[in-house]
Amino acid sequence: MHELSIAMSIVELAEEEAERRGVQIDAVHLKLGALSGVVKDALLSCYEMACENTPLQGSRLVVEEVPVVIFCPSCRAQRPLSSVQLFCCPECGTPCSEIVQGKELEVVALEIQECAPNPV
Amino acid sequence: MRPEPRLIEVRKNVLKQNDVVARSLRDRFRAAGVFVVSLVSSPGSGKTAFLEKTLTLLRPNFRVAALVGDLATENDALRLARSQAPVKQITTGTLCHLEAAMVQSALEGWDLNQLDFLFIENVGNLVCPSSYDLGEDLRLVLISVTEGEDKPLKYPTIFNSADVAVVTKVDLAAAVEFSWDTAYNNIQAVRPGMPVLKLSAKTGEGMENYLGLLTTRLAELRQAAAV
Repeated sequence: MHELSIAMSIVELAEEEAERRGVQIDAVHLKLGALSGVVKDALLSCYEMACENTPLQGSRLVVEEVPVVIFCPSCRAQRPLSSVQLFCCPECGTPCSEIVQGKELEVVALEIQECAPNPV
Repeated sequence: MRPEPRLIEVRKNVLKQNDVVARSLRDRFRAAGVFVVSLVSSPGSGKTAFLEKTLTLLRPNFRVAALVGDLATENDALRLARSQAPVKQITTGTLCHLEAAMVQSALEGWDLNQLDFLFIENVGNLVCPSSYDLGEDLRLVLISVTEGEDKPLKYPTIFNSADVAVVTKVDLAAAVEFSWDTAYNNIQAVRPGMPVLKLSAKTGEGMENYLGLLTTRLAELRQAAAV
């Protein structure tokens, strides 16, 4: 169970960005690969804890789950994996070990509150 | 006027800090010419016995040392010290995995130039260590015959973070009706092409093959450095 330390890293990273840009963060958007080693539900509950007493308190974590995509050397094409228990091309059955996507653990965007310029 | 929500693009790897430290460790290892092997497995799969045997067998011909991660006790370090190789314990407290920064601080004061092999034994856990690069050259994932053949299917992520799978305690295979073919096929299902070694630290079966792999890799590393 390392989701708490991951959540704390996310909060820390977002806090730095918020400070640097002088904005208030409403939500953090995260890409989470199926092979990242991190469990979404555990991460979501840890996120709330990690936000306590930080400028991110009350913010949301929006998780986009990223499926595993492999490169099939026979089809010479990228294919989505149907199961992480079977690294085979879903089209032709060739064993595939080249992972193109699915290891992501990446903050991709921040939802911020921005005050529109005051009307004159 | 009401504030408007806006989305700004960031794109930052959450584990960037760990990756940066791991990269600097890898640079240090390269400069010192030391080959670094890390071990991951579930608790009780025989990492410490395997490492003790490895250190004992390598020590007459190579300069070896080990870092060993454990939640609370120093028992593993005491066991490994019997090999007479330098061993340092990293007690992680409640943390379920090693991070690159922990390896970095454990190595403070060590002269890496005096080593041929450095082994890093991770905390017994098949989940969390998969996310953390430790700067190692080779990551071994161990499964013992007593754990059953389906471990790879249950933990595909760790198998995809490792380089070589090692099936341990093969001296007990018959007693627990372990099927080598099933285990091998399961490993290949989650990681096609993964090399698999089978051995017993107790009887020594398969150790020669494994040590051969290590010494070959060390020679390759030194050769690459010399070019």
